[in-house]
Parts: sequence; structure tokens; C-alpha cells
Amino acid sequence: MPKSSAILIIFLSIALLAGGVWIGQNINLLPVDASANAPVYDELFKVLFTIGTILFVGMVGLVVYSLIKFRKRPGQTGDGLPIEGNLPLEILWTAVPAIVILFVGIYSYDIYDRMGGMQPLQHEMHDHENALTTQRIWGGIGSGTVEATTVSSITPLMIDVTAMQFAFLFHYPKGDILSGELHVPTGQVITMKMESKDVIHAFWVPEFRLKQDVIPGQPTILSFTPTRPGRYPIICAELCGPYHGGMRSTVVVESPEEYEDWFRKNSKDAVSVT
Amino acid sequence: MTISIPPTSQQSTESLQPKGWLRYFSFSLDHKVIGLQYLVCGFIFYLIGGALASAIRVELTSPISDFMARDVYNQVLTLHGTIMIFLWIVPVVNGAFGNYLIPFYVGARDMAFPRLNAVAFWLIPPAGLLLISSYFITGAAQSGWTAYPPLSITTAEAGQIIWILSVLLLGGSSIFGGINFIATILKLRRPGLKLMQLPMYCWAMLGTSVLVVLSTPVLAGTLVLLSFDIVAHTGFFNPVLGGNVIVYQHLFWFYSHPAVYIMVLPAFGLVSEILPVHCRKPLFGYPTMVYSIMAIVVLGLVVWAHHMFTSGTPPWMRLFFTIATAFIAVPTGIKFFNWVATLWGGRISLNSAILFSCGFIVNFVLGGITGVALAQVPFDVHVHDTYFVVAHFHYIVYGGSVFVIFASIYHWYPKFTGRMLDENLGRFHFLITFIGFNLCFAPQHWLGLNGMPRRVAEYDPQFTFINQLSSVGALLMAVSTLPFLWNVFHSAFKGRIAGDNPWEALTPEWLTSSPPPIENWVGEAPLVSEPYGYGMRKIKQKVDPTEEDLGGNSK
Ligand SMILES: [Cu+2]
Ligand SMILES: [Cu+2]
Repeated sequence: MPKSSAILIIFLSIALLAGGVWIGQNINLLPVDASANAPVYDELFKVLFTIGTILFVGMVGLVVYSLIKFRKRPGQTGDGLPIEGNLPLEILWTAVPAIVILFVGIYSYDIYDRMGGMQPLQHEMHDHENALTTQRIWGGIGSGTVEATTVSSITPLMIDVTAMQFAFLFHYPKGDILSGELHVPTGQVITMKMESKDVIHAFWVPEFRLKQDVIPGQPTILSFTPTRPGRYPIICAELCGPYHGGMRSTVVVESPEEYEDWFRKNSKDAVSVT
Repeated sequence: MTISIPPTSQQSTESLQPKGWLRYFSFSLDHKVIGLQYLVCGFIFYLIGGALASAIRVELTSPISDFMARDVYNQVLTLHGTIMIFLWIVPVVNGAFGNYLIPFYVGARDMAFPRLNAVAFWLIPPAGLLLISSYFITGAAQSGWTAYPPLSITTAEAGQIIWILSVLLLGGSSIFGGINFIATILKLRRPGLKLMQLPMYCWAMLGTSVLVVLSTPVLAGTLVLLSFDIVAHTGFFNPVLGGNVIVYQHLFWFYSHPAVYIMVLPAFGLVSEILPVHCRKPLFGYPTMVYSIMAIVVLGLVVWAHHMFTSGTPPWMRLFFTIATAFIAVPTGIKFFNWVATLWGGRISLNSAILFSCGFIVNFVLGGITGVALAQVPFDVHVHDTYFVVAHFHYIVYGGSVFVIFASIYHWYPKFTGRMLDENLGRFHFLITFIGFNLCFAPQHWLGLNGMPRRVAEYDPQFTFINQLSSVGALLMAVSTLPFLWNVFHSAFKGRIAGDNPWEALTPEWLTSSPPPIENWVGEAPLVSEPYGYGMRKIKQKVDPTEEDLGGNSK
């Protein structure tokens, strides 16, 4: 290989890596983050976007380059080079993707763990009060019973969610509030026990980066900690009938004081939030 | 071992078959006729499925539900998915090209079970008509192609039952085909032809057929249980009667994830046939290509729950299915690097077949990358059931399989008809398909990330412009079919005469006349030990098969 083309290849590879990293870090494709696990999600997204961009641009570059460079020119006859394979090369492009996949897998497992293993407060937590509990973010989804979700180190705000064709209903056991709109205070761990009355629905708030199916006959749980005040859409993400697209609601994330106001106005028990 | 079929009885069945174009409407036993029956029938269903897709894209040009009634919209999206998967891609990449090519590739005169083969094809038109007629009779199913209970149990019962019947027939057809391919590849190989000398499409079809035979019966059983829940009010999946809706999802995806490979593995095989011919180079890394197909088959059977990360599955299950799914990228990646290496240093004719093949590589790489991302549980819980997923799987099944189907039609049309397609029109067809496809589906990634769920007729008005952009892409895709149809019809009568081997290809189907005689070869089938021996002098002389191959036979 001539020296100049070796330099060119090295230059192009560096440009590809740098370009991929720049695109991955600077192009934002996501809505605002409004829960504690959303920034963690966005971190994972940036890494995946960076790796994806590098791989995609690299492959497209190779294909387009080959098509131009090795195209059959007018008047040319005969065949290309009779190369049937190259074992070291093939081992290389088995090993490199395997390493990338392994890295992505371990990294996303780490994210999964920081989000609370996507399992909000498991059964075992009863027994040994886990120091990890407080460090985890508890943006989690899963199935189980409400009892399993109470541990002493965190007091989550419990909300019962009922989904039906074509609405969500939110019930606050404390204060016995029934609402079609979800109100949550910032900085508070929320644990929602969800069940459907008819078909499968899914509770999704894009700004929370969380989704959990709401299933008839099998309660599911979704935990999150809202961080950014605002009004965000709650969207049903599982086909549930003709008005599926219209099955939407709003989550109002507000400061603890505003939340307390709302709670007092609506509470039937005349108790305080705390 | 001697084969004891009396040749006379074979003769008499053949003579009962109609001749000329009429044979394409008959219960023909000729694998070439059956292959073309699959192809044309599949293409008609593709046009119907495409019209339904256009209706969906028209509805989505505005954020409110205004183009069709909401329940009709759900029928349309259910029919679109079911038709495109079960009546277009699966029958064409397996049935059409498999039937046409596999007997040539193994050096046989027909498939192992010609009658079963004809039955498998003739199940498809009635099943398709049944499915579509449900729209006019009772209203079609409304629960999507996934038919999740309880929605499928409680909504549009009559349409759902017809849907189940139709999918059962199509599944049966697919199983018959799978058994036939396995038997043909393993048992009808011409003496002297080793497994590792087979063209790559045979390996792809062997792997695919194993998946078909292992997983389709599970779908069939599941749908039978679902139909019991609907008509006999049993409670397998009905929570009101103590059933479990999640069990259905496990059973359904145990088939329907492998179904993705049933749609793309044959496409991988077809691309492996097309690239070497037009690059004038051997297929790069034949053994690793074979092993990666086997790896994909094995891994493809143990990844299904990645469709269920938000279904309340336990954490250990999520972890296992994340790892298994992500690792499919390794054998898949090997295939893509090997194809690029096949292009490298070739003498590439930039014709329609190559352009569609390279379009496939580009599209599928993007679909594969988003697939690895979707396999990560934390990533998936945000985008699951959104337009991000819609974009992802269209990059796999349209950008992947359908691009390969077009590449294959451009490549084998001279074999089918003896005439060439118009290459300029073909390149034009590629250009608008490629632009239209990417314009339609690339923006949908953004829609999903930002909050648009799939299967909706109405959406947040902030997404209007991007949806209209996507619909323009869909319009281009619809228009791109016109030059193709014109090309295919016009060239059938007026196209340039191709000659027997216009591409100077070395794979066995080209070593006979175009179109081939009813027995495939006039004499004995040639022994092709180097189907990709381009650029090797000793092989090059073999293009004329008669003397040397007969010499090879006597060895
Ligand atoms: Cu819903
Ligand atoms: Cu899958």
C-alpha cells in the first residue's frame, strides 16, 4: 500500500470517529427530560447514537466508495480479483462487533442498574435494608404487588392507576382523590400500581422515558421521580381499540408547595400530604 | 441405491399439465411454474398491501382522524401488516425464489414433493381472498397483525376468526414449503455435489426452513387456542375467565421473531447470489457465511421476549433476552462485512440488480443498528410501541427484504422470460424507491423518540409536518411501482432477447437455456463445484457446460 493512501485511510478513520462523536453529543433527538432517570437514559442514547453513526457512515462510505472505485468502466472486460476470503480479516470483523456489542451490553446493564434494575423495589428489599436503595433512581417498571414496594428507607407516593377504553384514572389512596389528570411533586419518588379493566393499554410519558403496559388481571408497577415542573402528555402506547390514538391524558409536575395546594383542594380526608 | 420411480408414470402426469401461459393458472407440478405463481401472486398482494399503506399515510397527513372511520383504520393497519408479511414477503423470498432456484442449485429436476409443493402454493390465493373478503363481509380484524388478547377476543370477533383461519392456511402452506426445501436440499443433491459447494441461497433456505418447521406450528397452536377463546368462550387468554394474556405474547413471539429471519435470511441468500455475478468476484468468506446463517438460526429462536420488555416480564428474563438479541448482530455483521469485501476489488456493473442490492445493504445496516439499540432494555422502555419501532422494522423488511426482491427480479427476469428488462428504467425505479423509502421511514425514528405511538389515527399536532414529509415519501414509493410494472410487462414482449446466460454467471440455473426446459437440463445436470469461481481461469472455461461437466461427472 502506498504511503499516501495509508495516511489518507488513517485521516478518514479519525475524521469518521470525531464526526460520529460530535454528532452523537451535539444532535439532540429527544424531548426535554422531566424525571430523574431521563438524564441517565439520554446518556445511554448519546453513546448508542455515537456508535450507530460511526458504524452507519462507515459502512455507507465503504459501499459507495466500492461502487465508484470498482465500477466497470466502458470497454473493460474480464473479472475482478479472485479473492475467496481472508481469515484474519474475517476474524477481525467478528471480533470487533462482538467487542462493541459486549461494551454496549455492559454499559446498558449499568444504566439498567442505575435506573433501579427496572424493577421497583423488589421483595428481598424487605429483609436487608439496602444502602443502594437510596442511591438508585427508581425509574423502574415491573409487575408485582403493592406490598412489595414499601421499604423503610424511601416513602414513595403511592398512586393507583386504572386504565380502560379509552382513559386513565388516577386514584390517590391517601386523601382518596380520584383524578383524570396525574399530579406529582418534584423530587418525590412516585410508585404507581396499574391495572386495566378491559384490554391491554400502556402508560407512557416520553419526557420520563418510561413506559409500562397496563394489563388486565395482572397488576404492573411503574416508579419514577419527577424533576422538571411542567405539563407533559400521558400516552397510551398499546393498540386498545378504535379510540386508541385519543387515549391521552396529562401529567402535571409541580413544586411540592403547588402539589400540596392541589392535594388540599381535592382531598376528601382533610389530611396533609406529609 | 436405486430410485424406483417408474419413469413412465412421471411422463403421464406431465402430459396432463396444460402448456403455454395457461399452465400458470393450473395445478402445475413444475417447480419453475410454481415459483412464478408464488411471485406473481405475491406481487398482486403487495399492490393491495401497498394501497392499504397509502391509505394509512393519507390518514396521517393530518393530526385528527378524518380520512376514514376509526375502526376502519384499525382494520386497514391489521390487513396491511398481515398481507405484507404472510402474503408478500414470506411467500416470495421463500416460495417464489426457493421453488425456482433450489432444484437448479442442487442439480435436481424438481422439488422433492411436487404435489405438496403445488398444494402449498394453492393454499395462498384462497387464504388471501378469505382475509381480504372479511373486510367486505363482516369487517376485518382490528387488533393488528399481533392479535393480542383481550383486544382480539373482544373486538370484531367474526373478522378475527376469519383472520385466524387465513393465517392458519398460510402457516400450513409455509410448513409444507419448509419440509419440501429441507428434503430437496438434503436428499435430492446431484451425486458428487457436496454441501459446502452449494450456492449460499441453499444454506439460507435450509436455515429458514428449519425455523419455519420449528416455530410455525407454535403460532398455529396459539391461534387455535385464541379461536377457542373467541367462539367457545374458553379462558386460555381471557383474564375475565382466569386466562393469562402474557402467555399469548410469549407463544406469539416464539414464532414471530423467527418470522423476521424467515423474511430476511432468504434475502441474505439471494444477495449472496447476485453480488458475485455483477461484481465478477467470488463470494467473500463462503464458510463464515454458512456458519453465520447457522448462528442466526440458533440465536433467532431464543430472543422472542425482546418484544415484551414492557409486558411486566421479570428482570432476569429481560437481561437474558437483551444479551441474546444483541449478539445476533455479530453473525449478521459478518455477512455485511463479507458482502462489502465481495464488492471490494470487483469489476462492478452498476445495473439495477446491484443498485437494489447495495440499497439493501445501506438500509439494513441502519435497521440493524436501531435493532441493537432496541435490544437494550433501558432504551426500549421509552421507544417500544412507537414510530421508532415502525421505522426500525420497515428498514428490516422493506429496506431489507423488499429491496432484495426487486434486485432478484432484475437479476432473474432474463432467466424467467428469456428477455432483458430495461436497465435505465430499472435504475430510475431504484432511485425513486430508495429516496421515497428513506423519506418515508427515516423521519419516523424522530417521531417515535418524541412521543408518537404506533397504530394511531390521531396524534399531537406538533408532529404534523414530519408526518406529511413521511407521507410524501410513501407517495414516491407508490409512484415508483409504475415504471417497474411498465418495465416488466413491456419487456415480456418487447425486451431485448437475453440469450441463455446474459450475466455470464456460473451458478447452475444459468447453465441451461433461458427460460429452461421442463426437465431443467437437456442432458444430465452439470456438476458445479465452484458456483462463485469468477476470475479463476480454470473455472471460466466452464461457462459452456457441455463437455467439461460431463467429463466431471464420470470422475
Ligand atoms: Cu389504551
Ligand atoms: Cu424480534
